[in-house]
Amino acid sequence: MNLSDDQIRALLQDVSRTRDQELTCDECLGELGSFAEQTLKGLPVEAAYDLVQQHLQVCGECREEFALLLKALECLAEPRP
Amino acid sequence: MDRANDVWIEELSQPGPRREAALADLRADVLRGMRGALAGRAGVDDAFFEDTVQETLIKVLDRLETFAGRGRFVSWALAIAIRVAQTTIRKQRWQGVSLDRFKDERGGPPVDVADQSLGPERASLRSELLTAMHRVIHEQLTDKQWLALTAELNGMPQDEIARQLGSNRNAVYKLTHDARRKLRAGLEAAGFGAESWREAWES
Repeated sequence: MNLSDDQIRALLQDVSRTRDQELTCDECLGELGSFAEQTLKGLPVEAAYDLVQQHLQVCGECREEFALLLKALECLAEPRP
Repeated sequence: MDRANDVWIEELSQPGPRREAALADLRADVLRGMRGALAGRAGVDDAFFEDTVQETLIKVLDRLETFAGRGRFVSWALAIAIRVAQTTIRKQRWQGVSLDRFKDERGGPPVDVADQSLGPERASLRSELLTAMHRVIHEQLTDKQWLALTAELNGMPQDEIARQLGSNRNAVYKLTHDARRKLRAGLEAAGFGAESWREAWES
């Protein structure tokens, strides 16, 4: 088990966040746009997005895509040049 | 031009001039959002944006029926665009890296990371936890599950793992999800709950 300290920590963190039922990446993608809008508006996270948040905690790629989506939506909200 | 969600769906659902006009507007929004989010990244140029937008519009039309109506339609389409773009970028970044390099990661005994600066109790907890982890990994995880998990811990994207396994991202996610569930159950059965993981490993 040739994992570094950081990798073991990351694995244990992911394991501790694991639930029996989780969204797949595609299911998360379907909700990401509306979740990003809520986040940008600073609204409290609705219970409906609980599984989305959990998925983002354990899926690095969806988390990265979510961060980029926030940026994209912010740009889109700016007045057109 | 801003449209209500149901107008987007209606216009995009039927071939004809209204669909073409809606596609042109959606294209412009997706392109603007993507440029804002991704401009300046290595390998991202006009051709990249054009290809990504084209692929996005095809996916959007394919998946129209799956749009649940929560949030704005353009936000939903942009999420798809970002997924398409990142999949391409990750593929380029990991080109030529074989999954095989992670294949023997399960081999050896648990690494002794019992750093004495942690104090004897914490060092001992770490060591016991590692031994339990190693046992669960060996006895309960399949080779494929451990390979996918190890590759992910080394930063390989799920898309790339999936490509090399002849699978897809959802299936890889399920594979590692099952592995995490087995690890959690195995560690708990061995007497290591989340509290002890934190105690042993958090800095």
